[in-house]
Amino acid sequence: MSDSNTEKKVPTRPLPKLNELDTGEFWQATANKEFRYQQCANCGTIVWHPRAHCTGCVDGDLRWKVSAGKGTIYSFSVVRLSYHPFFCTKVPYAVAYVDLDEGPRFLTNVTGIDDPLTDVRVGQRVELAWEEHDELSIPLVRPA
Amino acid sequence: MASQSRDAAIVGIHEYPSRDVEGRVNALQIKAASAAKALADAGLTWSDVDAIYDAGEGGPMSGLMISEYFGIKPTVMDTTGVGGSSYEFHAAHALRAIREGKAKVALLTYGSTAHSNAMAIGAGGRGGGISPGDNMETFAGQTLIANYAMVAQRHMHQYGTTSEQLAEISTATRFHAMRNPEAVQAMTDLDFVGIQETTIEDVVNSRMIADPLHLLECCMVSDGGGAVVIASADVAANCKKSPVWILGTGEATKYPANGADITTSAGAQSAPIAFAEAGVSPAEIDIAMIYDSFSITVLALLEDLGFCAKGEGGAWVEGGRLRFDRPNDGPALNTDGGGLSSNHPGMRGIFLLLEATRQLRGESTSQVADARLAIAHGNGGMLGARHSAASVILGRD
Repeated sequence: MSDSNTEKKVPTRPLPKLNELDTGEFWQATANKEFRYQQCANCGTIVWHPRAHCTGCVDGDLRWKVSAGKGTIYSFSVVRLSYHPFFCTKVPYAVAYVDLDEGPRFLTNVTGIDDPLTDVRVGQRVELAWEEHDELSIPLVRPA
Repeated sequence: MASQSRDAAIVGIHEYPSRDVEGRVNALQIKAASAAKALADAGLTWSDVDAIYDAGEGGPMSGLMISEYFGIKPTVMDTTGVGGSSYEFHAAHALRAIREGKAKVALLTYGSTAHSNAMAIGAGGRGGGISPGDNMETFAGQTLIANYAMVAQRHMHQYGTTSEQLAEISTATRFHAMRNPEAVQAMTDLDFVGIQETTIEDVVNSRMIADPLHLLECCMVSDGGGAVVIASADVAANCKKSPVWILGTGEATKYPANGADITTSAGAQSAPIAFAEAGVSPAEIDIAMIYDSFSITVLALLEDLGFCAKGEGGAWVEGGRLRFDRPNDGPALNTDGGGLSSNHPGMRGIFLLLEATRQLRGESTSQVADARLAIAHGNGGMLGARHSAASVILGRD
């Protein structure tokens, strides 16, 4: 063990809270690299972000499903300037809205590319690329 | 037009002149100083105020705190806080309260020391909240600028919009800012490089902040604030300045949704409501005060407010069309210099009402001759995610 008092703390990616009441179950499943989403067995609505109630009907019956992990980039930006202690060390990096084939649109980063300035485009096919952490995994995407 | 009601009017305004207060005053003092000047502008005083509107920038339970601080006893309190568009919501609510006979004099104030506090609004980390939406998104490090940039990226993809077209927003706004001494002072105090009119090339050659948005497409972070006094018709009749009537209002919100089109904002919902109530059409508007957090905000909103069709904004703004000296080409945009080049302490909505009022009074530094109708459209939150929108149509006698 190194002396933590003499070592500068390395900033890390901000991680989601596993006990947040609407979305915690999603994050707990990421430990097994499962991307879960909810669909209402009563009205069929695909609910995203995860939550306790159905937004399509008032007698909802939400069931968890697991995405096959394929999708399309809806839009993106390459962040050149960030004052966040972790992300300022990562610029330039790509943030993207990804439309999973099953419907949910989620915000993520594009990884597995040489240069975010040239290798990301709207309409690009991507697949999940999990970044492992202690109790969960982060669903990034890479070109499919 | 026959059914157009004139129940409430803006009768007093003040824009706090400094954009860099260097720790000499705080946000509350900016609010109070601005309120006093706006009341004096109307020929009214503190005791006339019976309705208070506050966006909560001073903290929780702001309706109580601000009433005590001002020393007023309002019987209508409204602390709608939905980001930068809060003041357009306040104007809409004040019109309703006055029309119902619940209030006669409404006071809206704003104060911020975002610049002095070195708040990283556009490129900082996301807020400390743990809403379920935030819990799904903060891991990705999307800055606020990057969120707006994703709207621009999608707009370019869907409609072929170019950076040169987006730059038209920045150049028209800077053109107006250079005619406004307070805007020039603001840019000086905030250490802008190149305080002069800009070209399209200047904008597209400026540093990329979040693709495809360049530095000169992003608003400043200033200190500042202001106040607006809205009064009933009978009070307005005895005020010092001519009334600027609130003719119609509309409110809406939008948030991320599966399959949604992020190039269309909540403004597409709020604006038709406002135009219908006012009984006017976009083609009749002389002044467009549209929240210019970024170039794309204005471009998307020009379409959403109905000045041109969705997707045609890029071609529509070309050739300097938005300048105040092109009155036959549609409305003049942000004639004070906007958030891009005059004033953006975090929540710009109040300044949209202020400059629209100056134009309809004939007091702008980029005055459009015989300006009769204006729209103030606020957008709060994040254009490419959850945001609020309110449209306010204003007209003079």
